[in-house]
Amino acid sequence: MTGLSFRVIAVAVIFAVLGAFTAVAAEFELLNVSYDPTRELYTEFNAAFAKHWKGKTGDSVTIKQSHGGSGKQARSVIDGLEADVVTLALAGDIDAIAQKSDVLPKDWLKKLPNNSAPYTSTINFLVRKGNPKGIKDWDDLVKDGVSVITPNPKTSGGARWNYLAAWAFALKKYGNSEEKAQEFVGKLFKNVEVLDSGARGSTTTFTERGIGDVLISWENEAFLAIKELGADKFEAVYPSLSILAEPSVALVDRNAQKKGNLDVAKAYLEYLYTPEGQEIAAKNFYRPRDPKVAEKFKEKFPAVELVTIDQSFGGWAKAQKVHFANGGIFDQIYQPSK
Amino acid sequence: MNGIGTNTALVKSQPLVRTHESKWAKWGLTLLAFGFLGLFLLLPLAAIFSEGLKKGWSAYWTALKEPEAISAIKLTLLVAAIAVPANLVFGIVASWAIAKFEFRGKQILITLIDLPFSVSPVISGLIFVLIFGLQGYLGPWLREHDIKIIFAVPGIVLATVFITFPFIARELIPLMESQGRDEEEAALSLGANGWQTFFLVTLPNIKWGLLYGVILCNARAMGEFGAVSVVSGHIRGMTNTLPLHVEILYNEYQFVAAFAVASLLALLALATLALKKILEWKVRSESEARP
Repeated sequence: MTGLSFRVIAVAVIFAVLGAFTAVAAEFELLNVSYDPTRELYTEFNAAFAKHWKGKTGDSVTIKQSHGGSGKQARSVIDGLEADVVTLALAGDIDAIAQKSDVLPKDWLKKLPNNSAPYTSTINFLVRKGNPKGIKDWDDLVKDGVSVITPNPKTSGGARWNYLAAWAFALKKYGNSEEKAQEFVGKLFKNVEVLDSGARGSTTTFTERGIGDVLISWENEAFLAIKELGADKFEAVYPSLSILAEPSVALVDRNAQKKGNLDVAKAYLEYLYTPEGQEIAAKNFYRPRDPKVAEKFKEKFPAVELVTIDQSFGGWAKAQKVHFANGGIFDQIYQPSK
Repeated sequence: MNGIGTNTALVKSQPLVRTHESKWAKWGLTLLAFGFLGLFLLLPLAAIFSEGLKKGWSAYWTALKEPEAISAIKLTLLVAAIAVPANLVFGIVASWAIAKFEFRGKQILITLIDLPFSVSPVISGLIFVLIFGLQGYLGPWLREHDIKIIFAVPGIVLATVFITFPFIARELIPLMESQGRDEEEAALSLGANGWQTFFLVTLPNIKWGLLYGVILCNARAMGEFGAVSVVSGHIRGMTNTLPLHVEILYNEYQFVAAFAVASLLALLALATLALKKILEWKVRSESEARP
């Protein structure tokens, strides 16, 4: 009796397991809404994750990408673009999604390690080969006759990092005088010749259209431009001080849940923190968080003195309000008509 | 210069005589026009093809065979296949009403038809975000019922229909007005019903103008960038039309692919131009054949 029922149960279990395998081998489709310079990174990462997920669960997953200026992309998610995950340029843009809609929780920043930023970057300069204007540091950007290219801090995340890095430099140089810093950044923006809406737009303005003497750029974007367009045309310059940029990622719970993607979307973001994910980030010129991977790629990323947004500006919420909100300092210093 | 005034006076009194200066002016102006066209129209057109073919036919072909390019082509065709018939029906109905009947609010209707021409495409796109976006008027209701409009195909279709709204109606209204109502009235008095009158009298009269409007409408539907960009969400392989796909490729440093795809749009423009010319010949020969 017991033997028979045991056998029945065993067979049932085997069938159930087999059934589960065949029935659950589902197909998932994730939407990753990201910012401009991550295209190459996520093309590589998505393929690696799909392979990893297939091996682990047997399910196929395809990841669709949407790219654009970070602020604009956040706006689209607020307006209903059904992202399962957002991988944007800065925490402030994901905060905006949390505040203006109900698709992700307000405490998203604490859901993943390292401020939800699996990789970091910084801001450096891209100049034309041979550095004809002799640009070495932020001081050189405010000189007369230097044409600067940067995207618009109103719409671009990278541009906000650019702006804050310049501000931090000025603070250090002028003994923490906010007035002097404002004057310095104001002067810098007077030298800006083209103000594109996103980082990639600025890069093509500088590289393809040939405008400007210096592009203030994401480190990864500068390296990518050199790789894609030729080391014989451009070179990267590191200023004496820059900012630790933390491009944040977050699960958009409400959308992922609705689409039945919660588990795979979570796993997708967590995979960014694994050694495999970190290596892919490093290969695409993002600074990895994992110390071992960082050690392996240390030749690639020069050590620079980096300030953080929390120390120097009291966090994104404050920096956003003081500098970039309507009527904030950026609006006061950037008046193109004058 | 008072040359223009003198010339018209001359032409009026002795229509066949040409002055010396007008010969110079004639050649100069022709040369200027051709130079201008060459610089601003032909050169860019040639540049598109030469950039697209920079790395040879196989690179050109590969760019067009990419799954994302195929999906962009399909989406563009789908959008045009919905937007053009929709505006065809609307255009005929509206111009028929305006040209053949008198009613209150006619001027308002004419003005409204022109609205998409006067509004910037970006604003046209934002209108739809405002209505159908998650924070918009209908957003929460749409989400509850799991209906996606913007950042999906329906939104792209809506934006395109809006943008291409006036093309057919604008083409037909002056044509129908100039033809008047005599033939229709004759048909009706001879016992034809409304539908017969429309299909046997009105439609044959307007067919060339209608086709012309359809061609222009189609060209715009396939080429629209601004409004579609706002409502698309830019999801690769899903909500990218051809013009958006070109922008993406260009931004990814894939210049050959970008220009290869752009050349498809350029070919569409050339085909549109050729069709337009053929239609003009047809219309001219037909009107000459008439007594």
